Amino acid sequence: MLKNRSIASSLLLPSAAWLFLFFILPMIGMVIFSFRPDMRGGPFKLGWLPSITHYQNIFTGDIYLPLLWLSVRVAFSVALFATLLAFPLAYFLVFHAGKRSSLYLTLAILPFWTSFLLRIIAWKTILGSNGLINNLLIYLGLVNEPVRILLYSRLAVVVTLVYVWLPFVALPIYASLLRINPSLLEAAAILGASPWRSFFRVTLPLSLPGVIAGFFMVFIPTVGEYITPILVGGTRGSLYGNIIELYFGDGVNWPLGAALSVVMLVGVLIMALLVSRLVDFRRLVS
Amino acid sequence: MWVNPVSEQPAAIELIDVSKRFAGQEAVQAVNLAIAQGEFFSLLGPSGCGKTTTLRMIAGFEQPSQGVIRLLGEAIHDMPPHRRNVNMVFQNYALFPHLSVFENIAFGLKARHVPQTEIRRRVVESLDMVRLPGLEDRKPAQLSGGQQQRVALARALVNRPAVLLLDEPLGALDQKLRKEMQLELKRLQREVGITFVYVTHDQEEALTMSDRIAVMNQGRVLQMAEPRQIYDYPATRFVADFIGTTNFIDGRVISIESGMATVALDGLGTACVPDQTGLVAGQAVTLAIRPERLRLAASPSLDQANHLAGVLEEIIFVGNDTQYLLRFEDGARFLIREQNRSPSAGGTGYQAGQTLYANWSPAGTNVLLE
Amino acid sequence: MQDRRSPFFATYYLIILFVLYFPLGILFLFSINDGVIFAFPLKGLTLHWYQDMFGNTELLQAARSSLLVAVASSVAATALGTTAAIALLRFQFKGKTPFVALALVPLLVPYIILGAALLILFAGLQVERSLWTVMIAHTIVSLPYALLVIMARMVGFDKHLEEAAADLGSTYGYTLRRVILPLIAPAILAAWLVAFTVSFDEFILASFLIGRRPTLPVYLLSQMRFANRFPQVVAMTVVVMLASLSLVLLAQWLQRKGTVSTQVAPAGQIARLPGFEDISFQVEGVGKSSE
Repeated sequence: MLKNRSIASSLLLPSAAWLFLFFILPMIGMVIFSFRPDMRGGPFKLGWLPSITHYQNIFTGDIYLPLLWLSVRVAFSVALFATLLAFPLAYFLVFHAGKRSSLYLTLAILPFWTSFLLRIIAWKTILGSNGLINNLLIYLGLVNEPVRILLYSRLAVVVTLVYVWLPFVALPIYASLLRINPSLLEAAAILGASPWRSFFRVTLPLSLPGVIAGFFMVFIPTVGEYITPILVGGTRGSLYGNIIELYFGDGVNWPLGAALSVVMLVGVLIMALLVSRLVDFRRLVS
Repeated sequence: MWVNPVSEQPAAIELIDVSKRFAGQEAVQAVNLAIAQGEFFSLLGPSGCGKTTTLRMIAGFEQPSQGVIRLLGEAIHDMPPHRRNVNMVFQNYALFPHLSVFENIAFGLKARHVPQTEIRRRVVESLDMVRLPGLEDRKPAQLSGGQQQRVALARALVNRPAVLLLDEPLGALDQKLRKEMQLELKRLQREVGITFVYVTHDQEEALTMSDRIAVMNQGRVLQMAEPRQIYDYPATRFVADFIGTTNFIDGRVISIESGMATVALDGLGTACVPDQTGLVAGQAVTLAIRPERLRLAASPSLDQANHLAGVLEEIIFVGNDTQYLLRFEDGARFLIREQNRSPSAGGTGYQAGQTLYANWSPAGTNVLLE
Repeated sequence: MQDRRSPFFATYYLIILFVLYFPLGILFLFSINDGVIFAFPLKGLTLHWYQDMFGNTELLQAARSSLLVAVASSVAATALGTTAAIALLRFQFKGKTPFVALALVPLLVPYIILGAALLILFAGLQVERSLWTVMIAHTIVSLPYALLVIMARMVGFDKHLEEAAADLGSTYGYTLRRVILPLIAPAILAAWLVAFTVSFDEFILASFLIGRRPTLPVYLLSQMRFANRFPQVVAMTVVVMLASLSLVLLAQWLQRKGTVSTQVAPAGQIARLPGFEDISFQVEGVGKSSE
């Protein structure tokens, strides 16, 4: 380790400055802004008196918090299903794919790098009343009428999001399964553990950091998701993010939007803090 | 059943005509072994000789391409590893990082549903046996290399397997600790009485610890015998070269008389050797002579029948020995080793460049046919 | 690893792969469908949407804007990530953990929140929204990925190489140029590609922070209402899809190349420093322990 302070500072300064100016400052700004009572005078006006009316609104009303809780539940189920579906995928790649495993991984990841908007739009044609699934079901005689719940519903939002995130979640799980020393599994076997016991006592616990990382990588963005609800959620599929977007767009009530954002952020950060006990930041720089 | 002729007990491990092929390469070729119960048996050889593959086949991590493996008379080569009554100490220890020392050691007992109270008793007992009392609650990452090694040992032994397999377990330890652990392992094996099958590439280690050694090279077992036998009477050139140091010299048999053969040494003279294998005149042979069986002198010795003249190239002081490099006419060299019995401030009395004689007796010569 | 191959996992993989690619197939069919309404059975095949696409200046502008923002933000994120990684892993100073925590926190912030916060900031500073404001936001969200990728590579290679360079008389700047950067180059490229892809397809931050020129995803959404022009948009997506596919494959190839040439050599091997090829030295083994 070198101790040259000036070189270290000059290396660190650009990113520190960027983060400060464009991340910390805006966040603080947003918190401050959330205490502004209204938008009179436009966005740049100074000299307003802070008030907590927005927060009162949020916590005492019965629109916002239930919607936030709904979004959390939706995000949770998306993350849960995505993780559950991705785990066998990652397991296959590490333990059954042999030499071609990174090729197979690339194949599985590629769809993730295409426009996520359009993939969702593609799902509309699959899920819609006139879409492929309904056509198939009618053709097979399983139903007489198109199944409406497939599109423009909360189910559609969950299915679409699971589809979109699935390859991405597989990555950290793959990485942590890969890191498991194969002789640990041999040791478990020779000590008498059947393949199932080996999996539950050795493989799964050791892969948990990757599984949890993958879970949160999906969970957090999804809490604030608003595009998918617009495209496939219909009227019943609105989530918390849609409300925020409304107040920053047509509803022009930035302070309320800011307050709603702060509430969501605090909720997400609390959850992340609980998880951060499992990941040690110090290990990254030791 | 292949019965051990000495003790009438079934052999602990038998390998009958076992071969293993990997992608067209024969890693192990037609190996036949019978390891007796309670024996400390070593598989010795250079990297790639097939010793680890053989061990892994006994453990069940590899399937033999051919042949039969028996444990106490029962065929096990088709059994998955978790059902075989053998345990293994891995080269990198393979301790479960997420479990404590106690949980690591208890792992096999829990897998077999041993009651909790018994588990506790046996884990404590095995920690005592490897001389690591009180470390139950630590995690492997908090232990030193030597301690991890002992935990790996305890974890294997606590299950009281019929056979313990050890895959170069001392490889990651420093010299001094290695030597200590070698004696420790030997003591442990005697105390517990379990059959040990030990894989190593370190010939000194194998000689120190084993009751019997199988020397392997390129997938085959070249010689299987007690350490002393292997050292004194190596069966092939490879074994002679791999175990300790050996001097080699080629020659041709001239005549044989009353159990002794005269060999012409490639223009350097003749040597008298014992005829133990039924030599015939004209046969090409290689003589193998250990450095400690040679005597360096200014003139041919009277009580040792064989001598060769050469020029002293180097004198090497190695602490307990002095080694001499004697170069012959044809460029070949002999290494002669003599013990430093008493301190000699003035040196050995020899000088580089001198013409001296290497003397040795026929009894100290091995005759190799290839 | 286990000997026995179970058909279950292979089947599972194939099913997932099918499900993943199926919508992409649909998109592709959409782009060659001779008709505006996408329904089965398809009316006919045509490539005229691709032709139309090249004539649609708005669409091309949007693609160009996305490209500019992606290039700018990925270069910035990679540069910031590289300098920070080097400082964190090779220098000693206080406050490393807080810095890393700060750099990685954007991973925990939903984009809508960051978008809103930056919107407020720029409004407050009276800075007009534009492609630059989008670029700034994209850099913030790409920085954690760049940092992680580069740190992962740097942790994997031998610190002694830099000490050897210093011992041979090189200043830190020279060491940086001739030893460190060449060895982490594949990681830098991989980080850049990740940052690029994150930015190119990003919608939320873009829609909050663009001025008058939309980026491609924003433009796509706005065109959804115009059914007669929509297939062109899909055609553009297919083109972008193919382009990003090749980029990702490139990244994979580079990553693999990086692993082979920069990994710590096994014990006993001779290593050479790029730039100091006439000197060689032994690399210590990894994993030896002594009491």
